[in-house]
Amino acid sequence: MSTTRKRLSESDGFVSVLVVLMGFLVGTILVALVGKNPLNMYKALFQALSGYNIDNGRMNIRYVAETLNYSVPFILCGLSMGFAKRVGLFNIGGEGQYIMGLTLAQTVALLGPQVVVLHWVLAIAAAVLVGSLWGGIVGILKAKYEVSEVVSTIMLNYVALYLSRIICLQLPGATTYKTANFPKTALIENTFFQQITRNSLLNNGIFMMGIAVIIYWFIMEKTSLGYGMRATGFNKEAARASGIPVVKSISISMAISGAFAGLAGGIVALGSFKYGRVLAGMDNYGFDGIAVALVGNCTALGTTLAGLLFGLLKNAQALMQGKQIPKEITFIIQGLIVIFIALRSALKLYQQFLDKRQLQKEVGIQ
Amino acid sequence: MTMILGMLPSILMIVAPILITAIGGMICEKSGVVNIALEGLMAIGACTAAAAHVLMEGSGMNHSLSLFLALAMGLAAGGLFSLIHAVAAINLNADQTISGTGINLLANGVTIFASQILFSADRTREFRMGMQTDALGIYPTAYIALVVVILSWFILYKLPFGMHLRACGEHPGAAESVGINVKRMRYWAVVASGVLAGLAGGCVVLTQTIQYTSNTINGRGFIALAAVSFGRWSPLGVTGAALLFGTAQAFSIIANNIPALRVLPTEVFNILPYVVTLAALVLFSGKNYAPRSAGLPYEKGAS
Repeated sequence: MSTTRKRLSESDGFVSVLVVLMGFLVGTILVALVGKNPLNMYKALFQALSGYNIDNGRMNIRYVAETLNYSVPFILCGLSMGFAKRVGLFNIGGEGQYIMGLTLAQTVALLGPQVVVLHWVLAIAAAVLVGSLWGGIVGILKAKYEVSEVVSTIMLNYVALYLSRIICLQLPGATTYKTANFPKTALIENTFFQQITRNSLLNNGIFMMGIAVIIYWFIMEKTSLGYGMRATGFNKEAARASGIPVVKSISISMAISGAFAGLAGGIVALGSFKYGRVLAGMDNYGFDGIAVALVGNCTALGTTLAGLLFGLLKNAQALMQGKQIPKEITFIIQGLIVIFIALRSALKLYQQFLDKRQLQKEVGIQ
Repeated sequence: MTMILGMLPSILMIVAPILITAIGGMICEKSGVVNIALEGLMAIGACTAAAAHVLMEGSGMNHSLSLFLALAMGLAAGGLFSLIHAVAAINLNADQTISGTGINLLANGVTIFASQILFSADRTREFRMGMQTDALGIYPTAYIALVVVILSWFILYKLPFGMHLRACGEHPGAAESVGINVKRMRYWAVVASGVLAGLAGGCVVLTQTIQYTSNTINGRGFIALAAVSFGRWSPLGVTGAALLFGTAQAFSIIANNIPALRVLPTEVFNILPYVVTLAALVLFSGKNYAPRSAGLPYEKGAS
């Protein structure tokens, strides 16, 4: 009995499921407390998940496709956070890397050569590159100058936001909130998806995300680069002593981490919009990616599942609002989930307490 | 010179809340707990103060009394919310960055959720009148900030309580061995940072705007966090850092009135505080001024 409990409390997957359930539980209680019907919240979530509307029995596959499309940036930003976390860095800069990716993708889309395929490939490549540059800066600051990555990433997020505005306001046809429409060659739309999902925004970005997940898994589990990074994350001094170049390891991993977030920015820019946006605020995918990675325990599979959950929550927002449930409940649930993850160390304390009592019982001290 | 004097009131208006929050963050880190939830705690304070003020104003309460009570409620709300961080970081040895991030996300949802319930909109209703400036054109928040700085310096460096608190951040084991209750000291510090961030949130909303929206705080808590490291964890340094960042921010508003600066996009001035911080962190790297045990959980009897 106690060994099963012990094994469960040490299983990361189990803790993640528990944490998500607790987040939903507290969220449900909160909705009930303010006098709304929590059932409506779950109806909205179910519709976003399956496309089936319980109230009128109609089916619309479009909702499923939108959930998938929303998940793409969440998963990629989760990978970005997860990659850095494996080397022991806390990358709060996913947002800035995402914004830089978005900005460069928009720039190439409006100014690049309008050649079929080449155009969007260039735009996405630019997004990935600038994302890795933005992340690499953090790595160098950390490795060479010992600047805390928590502070430097937060600063770089805001630099990215305002830099993005400066750049985008210079693009063709820029007004205070949008630029001219992208040429057709820059878009990553998928007409087949559009036909079978009643014109949802689901696009080729989902394939790029799939490739990114596989690359993440491969680097982490199968290469010596990933091994060196994980070793650095576990114990920097031990890694240094065993000949792993720590500075290089940190810089490269931050650059790769940024590349994932930059890709997310590129995909959102070219997949979900037909014009460039002049950002007034942050999209928050980068911040939510922190939660996604934490829920997914920074593994490829876990992060993908967690990203799907967050995509589901985001897509359900509008449906909730239509059912008189304030959509901000999804933010509250996400926040609660992260706080409960922080509290998971309590499980360890509890286990220590149990072990101690067990020991006392065995040696006969009461 | 006259131009800079003319700008002073708006600079002080912007600096005050950043400075108040940064002092709270500094106290918290001095005790050994890193609090990146300052942004969220400011939001909680701002939303509470704005909602309280608009409701009390509507009930015909005396204007100054309403402002005072609104600030007090924002302060209390920030303090209450920071207890989450305190329990997580101090009792449960949680990762302080994760729990701080959680509170920031949660605050984002809770404030707007509350506005939806209270005012059926994604923001609080506009109040008619916020704080008023005095004869010099300066808001009372500037004086509040001054008092906070002096008090924090006096408590941290002139009272035994402050020395004990700092010891907990440098070497908690040694502090415990001479009879200081490390956990209790850290509780005081975290709640102080929550109270000050809540107060600062109220100051922002009652001087710079007429309602709380999801954009009201807009990174001020993060700037305060940077001011703590840029100011090298000392009251004077943090004050200087907050003044520098606040001035840079004020410039983005004022630059429009200065012909020589109008050619630059206002975003250039928005970027300034962040770039300055980064540059400063690189220039002053090497020597570490941070409290030695900041960010590490303290387990009694361990090590």
